[in-house]
Amino acid sequence: MTRTPVEGDLRVRQLRAQQMLRGELAGRDLDEFVEERLLFTKLETAQNWARKNAIFPLGFGLACCAIEMITVIGSPRNDLARFGAEAIRFTPRQADLLILSGRVSIKMAPIIRRLYDQMLEPKWVIAMGACASSAGMFANYAVVQGADKFMPVDVYVPGCPPRPEALIYGIMKLQDKIMGNPDMGWRERYQAYGTEEREAEPPRHEGGLEVPRRG
Amino acid sequence: MDATGLELIAQRVREAVGDDAVTDTSFHREEAMIGIAPVRVHDVLEYLRDRDAEPWPYLMSVHGCDYLPDEPRLGVHYQLLSMERCDRLGLKTRLGVDDPHLPTVIDLFPTADFQEREAYDMFGVVFDGHPDMRRILMPEDYVGWPQRRDFPIGGEPVLYTFNESKYPRWYD
Amino acid sequence: MTDPLSVPYRERERSVTMERMGEEPVSGTEATVEGDLHDELFTINIGPHHPATHGVLRLLTTLEGEVVRDVKPIIGYVHTGIEKSCEDHQYWKVITFVERMDYLAYYFNAMAFCMAVEQLLGIEVPPRAQYLRVAHMELNRIASHLFAFATGALDIGAVTMLWWGCRDRDLVLDLFEMSSGQRMHPRYIQVGGVMEDIPPGWEQKVRSFLELMPKRLDQYLALLDRNEIWLRRLKGTGIVSQERCLELGVTGPLLRATGHPWDLRKAMPYSSYDHFEFDVPVGTVGDNYDRFKVRIDEVRESIRIIEQAVDGLPEGPWITEDRKVALPPRHELATSMEALIHHFKLVTEGFRVPPGEAYAAIEGPRGELGCFVMADGSAKPARVHMRDPSFVNLQALPEMAKDSLIADFIACVAMLDPILGGVDR
Repeated sequence: MTRTPVEGDLRVRQLRAQQMLRGELAGRDLDEFVEERLLFTKLETAQNWARKNAIFPLGFGLACCAIEMITVIGSPRNDLARFGAEAIRFTPRQADLLILSGRVSIKMAPIIRRLYDQMLEPKWVIAMGACASSAGMFANYAVVQGADKFMPVDVYVPGCPPRPEALIYGIMKLQDKIMGNPDMGWRERYQAYGTEEREAEPPRHEGGLEVPRRG
Repeated sequence: MDATGLELIAQRVREAVGDDAVTDTSFHREEAMIGIAPVRVHDVLEYLRDRDAEPWPYLMSVHGCDYLPDEPRLGVHYQLLSMERCDRLGLKTRLGVDDPHLPTVIDLFPTADFQEREAYDMFGVVFDGHPDMRRILMPEDYVGWPQRRDFPIGGEPVLYTFNESKYPRWYD
Repeated sequence: MTDPLSVPYRERERSVTMERMGEEPVSGTEATVEGDLHDELFTINIGPHHPATHGVLRLLTTLEGEVVRDVKPIIGYVHTGIEKSCEDHQYWKVITFVERMDYLAYYFNAMAFCMAVEQLLGIEVPPRAQYLRVAHMELNRIASHLFAFATGALDIGAVTMLWWGCRDRDLVLDLFEMSSGQRMHPRYIQVGGVMEDIPPGWEQKVRSFLELMPKRLDQYLALLDRNEIWLRRLKGTGIVSQERCLELGVTGPLLRATGHPWDLRKAMPYSSYDHFEFDVPVGTVGDNYDRFKVRIDEVRESIRIIEQAVDGLPEGPWITEDRKVALPPRHELATSMEALIHHFKLVTEGFRVPPGEAYAAIEGPRGELGCFVMADGSAKPARVHMRDPSFVNLQALPEMAKDSLIADFIACVAMLDPILGGVDR
C-alpha cells in the first residue's frame, strides 16, 4: 500500500482541513488535499490487511500450553487485544484461528479435526508448543506425533510451554502469512545448503537407544 | 508404624480373615506393605476398615503395577489412610496375566470407582462386581493394555535429513 | 392426535412442568417415562470442547428441564501416557514428565516424585533445600489458586477476575523465572534438593510480592464477595456432605470446605512444614462459596508460610552432598577426578535406586497428590503412578450436580477446579 505523507505541521493541517470542510479549497489545492489522503492498494491486500488485524481465535485449550495461551489472551501484560485478536469465539463456526495449545491425544484428535472442519474458510492453525508441533517429549502410544498428521498447520510455535511473547511472535508471523509475505525457511534465508546430516554409523555396541518403529 | 506394628496387623488379619489371606509383609524404607491373596482382597479390606482395633477407614489410591519378569506379573496396590493416627498402610496383591480378576471394593470405598477403571484400562485387571467396567483413559475401542511392560511404548523415530527417506510420512 | 396449536396457550404452557405432555414427544428429546412422575430426561453432551475453560472434560448430563439429574464425566482426552513414558527414562528425566501432569501445580508433582525417590534412596534433603522447596511450592499454590479464581470466575461470568488473576499470576511466574529460568515446568525440584540456589534479589522480589498480595486479595473480595450475583450463585449450591466426601476420597479444599481440617502439611508434615506456623482454613457447609473462601484463605496462609520460609532461610547446600545422586558443582570438576566420574555416570546413566516401593503424598492445591514409585535397581523406575487429586475429586461431581440447575452445575465444575492433565495423565 503506498501513501504520500501529509505535509506540514499540525496547525497548518488543521487550517487546511477547516478550509476543506467549508468548501474553500478548489482546483489544484483541492486535488493536492485529496491526493495526500488517498490510499492506493489492491483489493486483495486491503482484504488481507483487514483479515490479519481482526483474527477471531477459537477458545480451545488442551493442556499446559493452554495456560500460557490464556495468559496471552487474559493477562494485562501481554495481551492479544492489541493485535486485534481479542474476540475469542467459542464456537468454531465463528472463529478463524485454531490455536492447538497442548498435547493432542489419540482420543482427542478426531474431535479436533471435526472442530477444524466446522470452521469456515479462511482459517488458520497455529500449533503452539512442542506437543502440538511434534509430540514434544511424549513419543508414546497415547499422543499423536504432531498435529500435522491430521490437519494442516500454518505456524509452529516451539517451546514447552512457549512464553507468551513467543506465542505473540507466532501470531505475528501468521499475520505476515495472511498478508501474503511468509518468511522464508532458514535454509533459504541463510543459503544453508550442504548442511544436511550424514548417514549415521551403525552402533558398535549393544544398548543404543532403540525407538521401536510404529510400535 | 514400625515393623512390629505391621506384623501385629498382619497377624490380626490372618486371625480374622484366614491364614491364606496374608502372603507376606514388608517394611522397607518406612513403607509398610502387606501382601494379600487376590480372592481375599474384599474381606481383608472390609476387616481393616470396619472390624480392626485400629481401623483404616479411607482408601487413597488403587493402582496397578507390572512386575515383569517376576511371576505373577500383575500387581494391584491399595493405599489405606487413617486420619486418626495419621498413618498409611499399603496392601498389594499379585495376579497372573491370563485372565486376572479381582473383587471390586467399590461397595466399601466408593473412591475406587475411577481408579479401578484405570487399573482395568491400563493393565487389564477385571474387577468383578464393578458397575461400569470399561475403559476410562483410552478410547473405548482400544485394543491392548498400555501400561503392561511388554506393551511397546509407541511413538515414532525422530526424522532427520539422513533418515527421512527411510520413514515415509503419512502423505507419502 | 389433536393438533397442539388447537389447545389454548395457557393449557399448553402447563406442559413444561412435570405433567405428561400428550402423546407426542417434543422433538429432540428422548422422552423416557419413569415411574409415576412421567418425567422427560434429556441427555446432552457438554462435549470436550466447551466454553468452560477447565480443560477437555466431557460431561454427559442427563437433564430434566433445567435440572441436572445425572452427570457422567468422560475423561481421557489428554491422556499422554506419562506413567508409561516414565518407565523409559532416567529418574531425573522423569521429573520433566511428571511435572506436566497437573500443569498448574508443577512444583508439587515434582516434589511428590522426588519425595518418593528420596525415600527409596534413603537420603536426607538439606534444610536450605527444604525451605526453598516450601517457598516455591507455596508460591505455586498461590499461582494455582489465582488461576482457579480467574477461570472459575470466568465460568460464572465475572470476567474482570480473569484479568486480575492472570495479572497477579504473572508476578508469581516472574519469581519462578528468576529462580529457575522458566515460568512453567521449571524442573527446579530435583531428587535430593533443588536445582540451584536462589539468585540475589529474589528475596526482595518475593517480599515485595508478599506485601502486595494481601491488598490484591482484598481487592478480589471487594469485587466478588459483596456481589449479590456471585453470592447467590455460589452460596448453597453444590453441597456434598463430609461423610460422602471422605467416602469418595475427596481431599484438599473441597474436603476442608465441608469442615474437615485434614491437611497433610499439618497432619503428616514433610519437608520441614512443621517449622512454620500457619492455620488451615476450614468451611462450614461445603457449598461452592465455602470452597471459594477456603481457597482465598489458603492464599493468605501461603503468604504467611512464604514469609517465614524466606525470613528463616538457613545457610547450607541446596542439594544433597551425596555425589552418587546429585551432580557435583562445576568448579569441582576441574580439580577432583571422582567428581568427574560421578558427573559422567549421572549424566549418562543416572543414579541407580535400590529395589523397593514407596508411596509419598503431599498436599497439593487440589488435594492429596501421591506418587508411587517402584524401583528395580536400575537407573529407570519400574513403575511411577501419580495419585492425582483431581482424578479422585472428579468422582464427587455427580454428587454435587444432582438436582441442581445447569447454572449451578457450571459453578460446581468451576469451584471443583479439576485439572485435566492430572485427571488423564
